[in-house]
Amino acid sequence: MRERLEQLKAEALEELQGVTDAKHLDELRVKYQGKKGKLTEILRGMGGLSAEERPIIGQLANEVRDAIDAAVTAHAERFEREETERRLASETIDVTLPGRKLPRGAVHPLTRVIEEIEQIFIGMGYQIAEGPEVETDYHNFEALNLPKDHPARDMQDSFYITEELLLRTHTSPVQVRTMQRMAGEVPVKVICPGKVYRRDDDDATHSFQFHQIEGLVIGKNIRMSDLKGTLLTFIQKLFGEEAQIRMRPSFFPFTEPSAEVDVMYKKKGATEPSWLEILGCGMVHPRVLEMSGYDPEQYSGFAFGMGAERIAMLKYGIDDIRHFYNNDERFLEQFARQ
Amino acid sequence: MKVSTQWLSEYVGIEDVTPEQLAEKITRAGIEIDEIEQRNQGVTGVVVGYVKHKEKHPDADKLNVCTVDVGSGEDLQIVCGAKNVDAGQKVPVAVVGAVLPGDFKIKNAKLRGVASQGMICSAKELGMNDKLLPKDQQEGILVLPENTEIGLPIVQVLGLDDAVLEFDLTPNRSDCLSMIGAAYETAAILGRDVKLPSIDLIEAGGTASEHVGVSIEDGELCSHYAIRYISGVKIGPSPQWMQNRLMAAGIRPTNNVVDITNYVMLECGQPLHAFDADKLGKEIGVRPAREGETLTTLDGQERKLDPSMLLITGDDRPAALAGVMGGLETEVTETTVNIALESAKFSGSSVRKTSRKLGLRSEASLRFEKEVDPSAVIAALDRAALLLSRHAGGSVAHGIAEQGGGKIQEKTIPLSLTKLNAYLGTDISMLELKAIFARLNFKCADSAQGMLDVQVPTRRGDITRDVDLIEEAARIHGYDNIPTTVIEGPTTPGSYTKSQAVRHAIRRTLTRGGFHEAITYSFTRPENTRNFTSFSAGTHAVPLAMPMSEERSVLRTSLVPLLLESAQYNLNRKNADLSLFEIGKVFHASEQKVTVQPVELTMLGLLLTGSRADGAIGSAARKVDFFDLKGAVESVLEDLGLEAEFRADSPDGFHPGRSASLYLASAPDKRIGALGQLHPQLQRDYDLDDTYAAEILLDELYAGAAPEIEYRDLPRYPSAQRDIAVVVDLAVEAGALIRVVRESAGELLEDVRVFDVYTGDRVEEGKKSVALALTYRHPERTLTDEEVAAAHQSAVSRLEQTFAAELRK
Repeated sequence: MRERLEQLKAEALEELQGVTDAKHLDELRVKYQGKKGKLTEILRGMGGLSAEERPIIGQLANEVRDAIDAAVTAHAERFEREETERRLASETIDVTLPGRKLPRGAVHPLTRVIEEIEQIFIGMGYQIAEGPEVETDYHNFEALNLPKDHPARDMQDSFYITEELLLRTHTSPVQVRTMQRMAGEVPVKVICPGKVYRRDDDDATHSFQFHQIEGLVIGKNIRMSDLKGTLLTFIQKLFGEEAQIRMRPSFFPFTEPSAEVDVMYKKKGATEPSWLEILGCGMVHPRVLEMSGYDPEQYSGFAFGMGAERIAMLKYGIDDIRHFYNNDERFLEQFARQ
Repeated sequence: MKVSTQWLSEYVGIEDVTPEQLAEKITRAGIEIDEIEQRNQGVTGVVVGYVKHKEKHPDADKLNVCTVDVGSGEDLQIVCGAKNVDAGQKVPVAVVGAVLPGDFKIKNAKLRGVASQGMICSAKELGMNDKLLPKDQQEGILVLPENTEIGLPIVQVLGLDDAVLEFDLTPNRSDCLSMIGAAYETAAILGRDVKLPSIDLIEAGGTASEHVGVSIEDGELCSHYAIRYISGVKIGPSPQWMQNRLMAAGIRPTNNVVDITNYVMLECGQPLHAFDADKLGKEIGVRPAREGETLTTLDGQERKLDPSMLLITGDDRPAALAGVMGGLETEVTETTVNIALESAKFSGSSVRKTSRKLGLRSEASLRFEKEVDPSAVIAALDRAALLLSRHAGGSVAHGIAEQGGGKIQEKTIPLSLTKLNAYLGTDISMLELKAIFARLNFKCADSAQGMLDVQVPTRRGDITRDVDLIEEAARIHGYDNIPTTVIEGPTTPGSYTKSQAVRHAIRRTLTRGGFHEAITYSFTRPENTRNFTSFSAGTHAVPLAMPMSEERSVLRTSLVPLLLESAQYNLNRKNADLSLFEIGKVFHASEQKVTVQPVELTMLGLLLTGSRADGAIGSAARKVDFFDLKGAVESVLEDLGLEAEFRADSPDGFHPGRSASLYLASAPDKRIGALGQLHPQLQRDYDLDDTYAAEILLDELYAGAAPEIEYRDLPRYPSAQRDIAVVVDLAVEAGALIRVVRESAGELLEDVRVFDVYTGDRVEEGKKSVALALTYRHPERTLTDEEVAAAHQSAVSRLEQTFAAELRK
């Protein structure tokens, strides 16, 4: 019996060596270890053994079974591994092919810049004010200390509709309307963004339609140093903490003292940062306060204004202002980033 | 204003400051220097030479061989091709080793076999702007005045060793339209003194009044008119130094008399005019022109005059347009002997109107428009008379024939130091403040404690109130020295208004859905106001009074045409797949002839054309259709918490079978939008492919919008789903079926939606099958089958009754 078991083991292991696939393996497993398999058949003869022999043969039989089991399991695992590998190989995709994208639209770069600026000032406690684009001569000029034959009207050649109505040349009339609405109340803290229009031949840096963002603060003891502090905070939020500003005296009919503000900024393509003119500002002219119902002996204020196009051009390195109004899909699409 | 630094240095010491440093300092103090122009365009080694002999070149007709003394001890032989070269002339000579503009180096040369040791130069070869050259110097070599010293460097003789600063003046700083004004500004910035030019005039002979009388008709238009009479002038070129300065300032030298009037204008800011006294007549008048009068101005043009224009007359005949331009008839010419020299203060607005009306702007009108300094009228007149006696051989008669003028009062403005510091946020002391005004040459005196009386010189007409003085103090103190502070007092919360928040929400919805935001022009062509009139019907487009072009002559009445033009622009650039939106205003006037501000409506415009694709392989691009557009509109409204209704009522401009009007469920009588496929005719007109557009009145959305999220509890009990398929006439709208189901299924109905529409073999011709999915739910318990069946049956019967619907089993 011992010999038969040894022989069976040798035979089974040899046959398992040559197993070809999972099905064949299963056949062999049944052949040797199944209920009607060869091992069972041999073990059926155990009854004829002596009591001394039985445990020895039993142990041998177990060893044979374990050996066959181990071989079967090893092959089964191999087949499974090979099967998985085959499947993985067959299912491989080209991950460099394009993905299925979510729709992606862009807020216009000018809106983007205006919203960013609005957010900065909202954080500083400002309201956003709006007003009509077709304005009266009074709101656009006269209430801003620009009487009818003021030489500074030349600075802003306008689109008139009638002698008394025109397309606003700046968003300052919104400031006038805000002061009238507030009727002497303080504090006034508003940002006025919007479209403005000036007679200008269109070229890479001029457009007859453009966007302004102006700000107005009126209160008790508002100082020019507050204006400087406000603008420095704003510019650093917009252009980064390292940004520096400088003020240069200038002239606007509606402010006194007036200033131009330059920011130290490295333009796209430039090797060195340089001072770039970015906004105009000043202390609200007492005549402007008077005309809109604020006593200049009691209250003071500051105002500032900038062009959204200029800021967008600096920030994004756009070199032609006309791009903003052509609405070329290839231009707009570039501003889709969140 | 072009300010020659060489000239400027005559009035204020700037020798220790480079032009670049000076420009920077002036810019930082408020006058921008746009450009620094170096008059020397690259000339070195050119000196004054004396042509001793001239001989014809043996082998070339057009060349001359000159013997030239350049003061080096040895005469040079130079071959010269200029026609005007001659013995006895002083000329610029580029000797061997000299360099001319364009890096042109002068070497020993041989011209047709004759050696040439240099080159005699023309003004152009020296890099001078030929537009500014006197007429006789535009051709041939430059012939210098006889008394020019031999051997002097030419850059010195022609004043080329000069940097010219271009002052970009703001409208308030017309005081710097003069060299003296520029000198005061420079002196204040540098803290130095101003040296004024001499007016030590020697008068001779009779009095001016013997020769001319002056009368002003309207003192408002001319507050001062003064004439000096100068006899015996000899017309000729002005001195070289004067010509150099005029050219540096951008004015072409003409003759000594004209040059002197221009020179003094540049120096003092006061325009002057010289009349040929013998042609002008004895009685000089200042009066408005009469209807029908004409005057031929210096430029040879005959001008038609009207009573809004101020005239200078000689014996009542028009002689000059006051402050704008002189007349041709009384012009100073080569034969002029006696001069009536005018200096006056004309009203700025009168001069501006006249110069506008005639389209004539001159250096003189530019200055009068901004109001000249009243105290410069006589100073400039005397200065010019002095120069005429020096450089034109004139004899200045005693006295001045004048009217107006009178004593000139300087303004005194009280200034509080406390207010100044409170206004600027500075801590300037009284001592510092006084020092600042001393630098500005403003006299000041202590009045009350902490108060100064500041006397403003008449040249600074722009300073009228204390804040103007505060600005002067601030800019001399330096804006850099103003600290940065934060606003004191209560803080305020910042926020958007509701309408602004709604527009933000809309932008987010649409960009997430793949739409790009466009911004188009508010001006358009008139044809673009004639379509898409859903919201402009019964109103008028607003035309511009003076449009730049017909293409941009009216304000837009709808966003759609502008978006269509954007689509066209893109299509021409092969960007065929577009999803665009715009938020902007349209303008509707209630009157044909506009007198009041038009109505401005804020609109949302949408445009879709081409295909949509997600970019992946195997997912085909799909052409957009009406339902892409409608879905976008629905999403916008849904995100605002608004419920929409779409009605097929063919709004203007759209395909009648593929368009709808939009209503809010909360206001079913107010149309707030129009959307659909572009009408095929317009599609052709705008040269587009199938295009879908929408326009929505945003002003109507603000009130009902709830952009904030309101949370609802999740349902605790299960819902029951029942589907119905009904066969109805083709014309029955799905929306109508849904409305009926909603009305009839009772409170248990939670939702109903269309999930299929079928036409074809399995339904009768002219009919369609519509499949609806109904969801029932009770908030507090699980529904029984009987309850659902009852509700469902009610809906089914109402559909059958209302639409003769047939239930499909």
